[in-house]
Amino acid sequence: MPEFNRVLIIGASTGIGKALAENLLNGGASVAMVSRRREPMEELRIKNEELRIKGTGASHPYGKAFVYVHDVRDYDKTESLFQQITGDLGGLDLVIYNSGVMPSMQENEFNFAKDKEIIEVNVMGAIAWLNEAAKRFQQTKSGTIVGIGSIAGDRGRRGNPAYCTSKAAIATFLESLRNRLSQHGVKVVTIKPGMIDTDMSRGKPGLLWLISADETAKRIIIAAQKGKSTAYIPRRWRLVSLILKSIPSFIFKRLPV
Amino acid sequence: MPLPTTSSSNLLPIGTIVPIDHLESIEGWGGAVNSAAFVFRPSTVQQLKDAFALAKRSGKKITLRGAGRSYGDASLGRENITIELTRLNRILDWDPVNGIIKCEPGVTIEQLWRYVIEDGYWPPVVSGTMYPTLGGVLAMNIHGKNNFKAGPIGEHVCAFDFLAASGEEIHVGRETDSELFHSIVGSFGVLGCFTSITLKLKKVYSGDLDIKVFIAEDLHELFQIYEKQIPESDYLVGWIDAFATGKELGRSIVHQANYLKEGVDTTPAQTLRAQHQDLPDTILGFFPKSIMWIFMRPFTNNFGVRLVNYAKFLSSKISPKKQMRQAHAAFAFLLDYVPNWKKSYGKGGLIQFQSFIPKESAEQTFRKQFELCQHEGIVPYLAVFKRHRPDKFLMTHAVDGFSLALDFKVTNNNREGLWKLTEKLNQIVLESGGRFYMAKDATLTREAFHKYLGEETIAKFMELKKRFDPEGILESELSRRLL
Repeated sequence: MPEFNRVLIIGASTGIGKALAENLLNGGASVAMVSRRREPMEELRIKNEELRIKGTGASHPYGKAFVYVHDVRDYDKTESLFQQITGDLGGLDLVIYNSGVMPSMQENEFNFAKDKEIIEVNVMGAIAWLNEAAKRFQQTKSGTIVGIGSIAGDRGRRGNPAYCTSKAAIATFLESLRNRLSQHGVKVVTIKPGMIDTDMSRGKPGLLWLISADETAKRIIIAAQKGKSTAYIPRRWRLVSLILKSIPSFIFKRLPV
Repeated sequence: MPLPTTSSSNLLPIGTIVPIDHLESIEGWGGAVNSAAFVFRPSTVQQLKDAFALAKRSGKKITLRGAGRSYGDASLGRENITIELTRLNRILDWDPVNGIIKCEPGVTIEQLWRYVIEDGYWPPVVSGTMYPTLGGVLAMNIHGKNNFKAGPIGEHVCAFDFLAASGEEIHVGRETDSELFHSIVGSFGVLGCFTSITLKLKKVYSGDLDIKVFIAEDLHELFQIYEKQIPESDYLVGWIDAFATGKELGRSIVHQANYLKEGVDTTPAQTLRAQHQDLPDTILGFFPKSIMWIFMRPFTNNFGVRLVNYAKFLSSKISPKKQMRQAHAAFAFLLDYVPNWKKSYGKGGLIQFQSFIPKESAEQTFRKQFELCQHEGIVPYLAVFKRHRPDKFLMTHAVDGFSLALDFKVTNNNREGLWKLTEKLNQIVLESGGRFYMAKDATLTREAFHKYLGEETIAKFMELKKRFDPEGILESELSRRLL
């Protein structure tokens, strides 16, 4: 199993990203956190510093946290920031692209501004960052890439067309990366979470099998360590997805999902 | 691949991106430590300067690397720009009358001996492998099996040109700039880069050496053989069976090699040919050596090595061949005899722990080291014993005494225990006034490093660092760990 000593998380300020950062730091990894908002990351960094100081000498279990304020739509800065981060971390073992937006959408609303943001953050940002990771890992012949898809990407549903599109796109992009990079010893893992108790989903109707961000983060790390291709979290969503995917379109369009 | 030129990219701000296609995962020779770095391989001094300029513009540090033959992390620098000097490898001048040669730093020991041997010369000091570059050799100030007689390689260097990290270029002669000379040689690549090295070679009258073999039944006898043989030896090296315990602890085989005097070899034109020196490609006449390491693999474990060691000792004991002639290369480069033998150690690789102990306490100290390894259940698979004499280099590893080099196999399971064991071994060495060797080291701590060199020496060295590398651009994993 690979050891994740140096980790980069893009989209680390809240929800799954924050939980991932906490879990990996507690496990002894050094973590570079990238997000638009400084405060939540700073808070985590300071908390981690305190824990590090309390730890004993060289054998303390806590890694080092790094904070980078960045909008993933700032595509021109991705390459230089990526190189700065790998320098600060002293290498790279694991990259998790977790940035994602899901603006609320009325049933009959069509809103290009919202759709554009979804595609830019969820898809274009992912491609910009994961291309950097892919270039690096194909050179070093090592590394693990994790991207967050969704059960929402398995079927084009009526709720939020652009969001479903973005998750389908990211899943396909990750699959292509996996097929390109496996020959170089690089693992690419697609995570498909179901419904998670985060700011993004909270208060929305029809939530099912809700699990916490912390539990999700733990399962993502396990899936990454095992180098799985696709992991549904919780696992039962794989079955649901299989059923959803097999429903013919003439029936699916009548279903209120 | 040509380096970006300084002229056009000078305008770029600090934080220039280093092209990702230069990124490579590189490892120390022992394979137990590795890191990713942006590797550049300049073929001219101008390109070398360009790489330094690129480092400054991109805000990255530089690690110097020769052939990457140091066992540990001396040529590694994670995420740094690594300048590998293997292509800066021209022989610039050769004077066969006086045996004086001027080389670029990437010239290897192999290149050197092949070039000069037919003129009747041999490098005065060589390592157990012929693949290191002269730049690396000088940065580590290596020794050979003749250290007690010839000193380290630095004593045979007449002068060198040096490009400091600051950009300062100096020519340093051994006689004319003695203090600087003896401080830069052995500074393990963190002050600057040699750009040319002038060496005085050893005149030889035959391509062969006279070899004698001695058997020691225990450690004490090994020391006795050394005491008796040293005055009559040009080279002397001992192989110890580290698995032998109790009364047999330290049982060993000693090889002595002496140069042939003028006229003894009746066909020097033949023995001095490079072809005569070449190690055979096959073992027993048909077995290709390139795949030999695969067959060694089943034996590279505690049981296998114990068995092989016993067989080796026994066969030496009963073998009638106590005297023979051997070519220089065959005697000197034992480590190259089986290509890629380190692969037989498996994925975890190996580390070498070599310590240098004053003669008064050496026997007792090495006994303690063997007993400790055996007690901890981590026994070295190779143990090599040599005699040394002191020298006047600032960062010297030599003592008036003996050294013991221990090769340990590294596995996922033993790694933590092994590093702890080396800490205990370090302690034993420090207590007996011993020293360490940067070309081998992978585990030394800052405290131990400062203790064996002394704060005065460290302060002197840091002053040089300030002069030659005021911005602290040059570093390696080793220097980060120890300085």
